[in-house]
Amino acid sequence: MPFDTQRIGELAGLMRNPAELGGYARRNIELWASLFIIGWAIAFMFWQGAGFAVIIGTVFAIWAILSVSLNLVVGFTGLLSVGHIGFFGIGAYTMAILTSDPAYEQLRTEAIPTFGWPFFAVLPICAVLAGLAAILVGVVFNRFRDDIFVLASFGFAIIAFNVFLNLRPVTRGAFGIHEIARPQVGGWYFDGELEFLLLCLVFLAVVMLISWLIVSSSFGRVLTAIREDEQAIEVFGYRATQYKLAVWVISAMMAGIAGGLFASWTTFIDPNSFILLESVLLVSIVILGGLATIWGSLLGAMAFVLLEEGMRFIPFLPTEYIGQARQVVLGILLVLLMLFRPQGLVGRYRL
Amino acid sequence: MTSTQAGQQELALETREISKHFGAVRAVDELSLAIPRQGTTSIVGPNGSGKSTLVNLLSGVLPLDGGMVIIEGEGLRVVKAHETPDHGLTRTFQEVRLFDQITVWDNIMVVLTERRLFPALFERAKPSTRQKAQAILEQVGMWDKRDSLAQELSYGQRKLVEIGRALAMNVNTYLMDEPFAGLFPQMIERVKDIMKQMRADGHTIVFISHNMDIVRELSDRIIVLDSGTLLAAGDVEPVLNSEEVIEAYLGA
Repeated sequence: MPFDTQRIGELAGLMRNPAELGGYARRNIELWASLFIIGWAIAFMFWQGAGFAVIIGTVFAIWAILSVSLNLVVGFTGLLSVGHIGFFGIGAYTMAILTSDPAYEQLRTEAIPTFGWPFFAVLPICAVLAGLAAILVGVVFNRFRDDIFVLASFGFAIIAFNVFLNLRPVTRGAFGIHEIARPQVGGWYFDGELEFLLLCLVFLAVVMLISWLIVSSSFGRVLTAIREDEQAIEVFGYRATQYKLAVWVISAMMAGIAGGLFASWTTFIDPNSFILLESVLLVSIVILGGLATIWGSLLGAMAFVLLEEGMRFIPFLPTEYIGQARQVVLGILLVLLMLFRPQGLVGRYRL
Repeated sequence: MTSTQAGQQELALETREISKHFGAVRAVDELSLAIPRQGTTSIVGPNGSGKSTLVNLLSGVLPLDGGMVIIEGEGLRVVKAHETPDHGLTRTFQEVRLFDQITVWDNIMVVLTERRLFPALFERAKPSTRQKAQAILEQVGMWDKRDSLAQELSYGQRKLVEIGRALAMNVNTYLMDEPFAGLFPQMIERVKDIMKQMRADGHTIVFISHNMDIVRELSDRIIVLDSGTLLAAGDVEPVLNSEEVIEAYLGA
């Protein structure tokens, strides 16, 4: 947030004339949205204690990796994909299967191949497999634009879910995979929640750095041009399909990393974590935060996690309705946001 | 045409029996024409005579249904849009097609930077590239607007930025689809000046226009299309005064 002299002068003027405050807030909604959500997060941390804050911090970090990576595709390149959860799932299952230890008893009921590889060896494989899947899907998807692309990515999410559910010799289907190993380097285990949070934050930082390097390079500028007019940018010597495929694969690899972290963190995955609804929520986060802004995706993920976890503690709400109520509130918020601020909290672009 | 016999080297562009059909409509019908290197050639013709389709075919925006395009002596049965700059060709669009939600500056920069995928990933704007972009924006008079989003500009300003974007390509041949349409007189003068400068710099310009005064002022040669076929081509005055051209325009 740049605090230039003009803005400071503006603030000084406000001190003298408080009636202007509303107008000022409207003009600087990005700043206020950021401050509000961060303040909310801090308040939440004090309210629920550090232990819970660590847990939702981890949830936030994983959602943030997903939303930052999806924003590369949706916000910067203009490809509205609702299939991102598929790559997340591929990463998660890769982690679950390749780290699975033959010693675990639960694997006897429906035996799957066990490898027992270490976490840090598997994490790159999560990214590579998600990337390979993205190449296969992307080569086909490159033919599609706009609404047809949305439908195709929708199809991918459904196919991915059904593969997780029905490829039982590998994924154990609806049983899910239990006792997924936590990371370990030498004799040092990441079994504490705080260590895992730090690990996730490191990966979030890496994903954000890579995203920033991409969008601030010449490559990133071409992506935005593709978003605006794919046919026109071709005339100026760019092969739009190659650029789209490249960013699609990079984004999917980031989602694969997020999936690996998620599987190891929860230590249990089943296909229900990778349903289409999750994918739609993810797109909502990206739009809520703002298209084509990395900071917006962070804010969106933070607001979403606070909303989702925060409603758990509303005293007058019966527990059995909390799950539905969360989605209702999120839905209402999205409708309101699209009515009054279609570019998202800190975004500048519209779909 | 006499210019065809003058030798292939003199031609910037040539088409041999190219066709484009939209359903039953023959937008361009076995059209053969030659456009000499350097100088300004205008394409005129009634609405629906295939002028824009011709430019779209030459720039690879639409695929050819038949025939061959020869650009700088190289024969192409399939014109790929992303290869046209390598053939020394670029274009502007009739309905201005800027990258609306990025800045004027980025609209120019995007055509000045690396085309190859992996080098582009690691490229940041070089000072020399920035200087080029600045020179282009100053040439079209849009330097002051560099930080505006393209969609915030007026129609005339958008036309100028689009011409600047084509200029930034620095190729031999420019196809300009109705550069004067919808502009008020002051803007028309500016675009004319830019085109005269381009001509003086030795570029080949092919432009579409309905304004006969501008056509007379700027063109060295003229091509008249009617129903996707060539009606007349050659020096401006004899062609515009010929009976068949007058007939086509009066709709007789």
